[in-house]
Amino acid sequence: MKTFLILGAGTGGTMVANKMSKRLDRREWRIVIVDKDETHYYQPGFLFIPFGIYSPSDVVKPKRKFLPDGVEVFFSDIEFIEPERNRVRLGGGKEINYDYLVVATGSHTHPEQTPGLTDAWQQKVFDFYTLEGATNLGKYLETWNGGRMVLSITEMPIKCPVAPLEFLFLADWYFHKRGMRDRVELVLATPLPGAFTKPQASAMLGGMLERKGISLEPEFTIMEVDNGKQVIRSYDEREVPYDLLVSIPLNMGADVIQNSGMGDELGFIPTQKNTLQTIKWPNVFIIGDAGNVPSSKAGSVAHFMLDILVENLSDAMQGREMKASFDGHANCFIETGFNKGLLIDFNFDVEPLPGQFPFPVIGPFSLLKESTLDHIGKMGFRWIYWNILLKGLPIPFVESHMSMNGKKSLSKAPVQA
Amino acid sequence: MVDATLASISFDAEGYMTNPSQWSKEIAESLASQEGLATLTAEHWKIIDFCRQTGLASGKAPTLRQITIGTGISTKDLFALFPKGPAKKVAKIAGLGKPEGCV
Repeated sequence: MKTFLILGAGTGGTMVANKMSKRLDRREWRIVIVDKDETHYYQPGFLFIPFGIYSPSDVVKPKRKFLPDGVEVFFSDIEFIEPERNRVRLGGGKEINYDYLVVATGSHTHPEQTPGLTDAWQQKVFDFYTLEGATNLGKYLETWNGGRMVLSITEMPIKCPVAPLEFLFLADWYFHKRGMRDRVELVLATPLPGAFTKPQASAMLGGMLERKGISLEPEFTIMEVDNGKQVIRSYDEREVPYDLLVSIPLNMGADVIQNSGMGDELGFIPTQKNTLQTIKWPNVFIIGDAGNVPSSKAGSVAHFMLDILVENLSDAMQGREMKASFDGHANCFIETGFNKGLLIDFNFDVEPLPGQFPFPVIGPFSLLKESTLDHIGKMGFRWIYWNILLKGLPIPFVESHMSMNGKKSLSKAPVQA
Repeated sequence: MVDATLASISFDAEGYMTNPSQWSKEIAESLASQEGLATLTAEHWKIIDFCRQTGLASGKAPTLRQITIGTGISTKDLFALFPKGPAKKVAKIAGLGKPEGCV
């Protein structure tokens, strides 16, 4: 019996388990999946918890519910991965030898990596990338009387790169609804040169932050949090004062990746971006956030990686040349508040473009343009996640590769100095 | 003269070189001068060379973190050598494309 091992049973790992359990000959292959946590979190839902739109119970379900029969499930820490010897050691010492491995261990926040960030952690300084953080922030906001709320992005890449904007758009709406928007200042401190860095998105959404009264501190590379003075300080000594700090901490790959010497400087595994095979180990692949693929780190990306990964795994297992190629496709709904949202659809080579998705003219979802339907799409996605996506089923009319169908280009002529 | 050196170089709308093979040390000096750096010390060159090497090998300009780990120079010192946004500044001076976000 050969062993197909999946590390991590989040979005990516669960989808791979479901697809491969139908694909592999079960007389030849044993499928094993390991995760340290029995709870499956719908991470896109965390954003809504601080504002009372979702409660914690709306975003959790047991992981087992989504894993197929016939797959061996271990809920355990993963202590060490030895790709040179095709084996993995779990916490408690159990060893699993594998023939093929998919690493789906995700991306995790590390507030302790920024000096001062954890001093007033969950008291004056919060995150919303964990269920605990989002819930604590929600409680704090219930009785907050207003002041200066700063959202600080520590460093790129982060998973869900649009979440900081969504958070501020929702905050703007939330405080309006509570009749206290005039008592709140909203600030985005980002290492990026702007809220939107790509030309089309910038052109179409440029005025959005200003319209919503959100100010920007661009190119802010946070060095430390000064809890005494209540400022965040950058390496070039700029200070941004806050009354309430919401942080998106440094994102790194799972600890075991670093401990096993497999990751880059942020603990993400060097991966061939099209085949999803790791650079160093031909029988080790990744799905989702765990690799250093230059796509966004997002659930939709893992979904689009899935079919390509499964094809390539099958070919590799049979000694055939891998032909499927991932194009970096990402498709993300962005909440903009006031029951509106917008949709972006892009890949490695094509930035988010305006137009309609998935069909030209009839859409129904508008790209790079706010609409109520896009908001409904965002909220409706939770059902699709639990009932379709996790099972490895396709989403109707949405292909793995990005399509130019319905997209318009506002192209500019190249500039010569 | 700065203008003459850069006259035949292709740039994108934000001043990043679009053709890395057109780069030379003189170009780097002119670009640095435009970025407010009149002189480039050995320390500056160590960083520029590292960035160019990694950038050409990987296809992307290196991040701040990659630069600090690769050169052994601290983030604080990097900011002192290339004030305000060293990763972007060095990418420009080293003739690489701009480090970017997704939206």
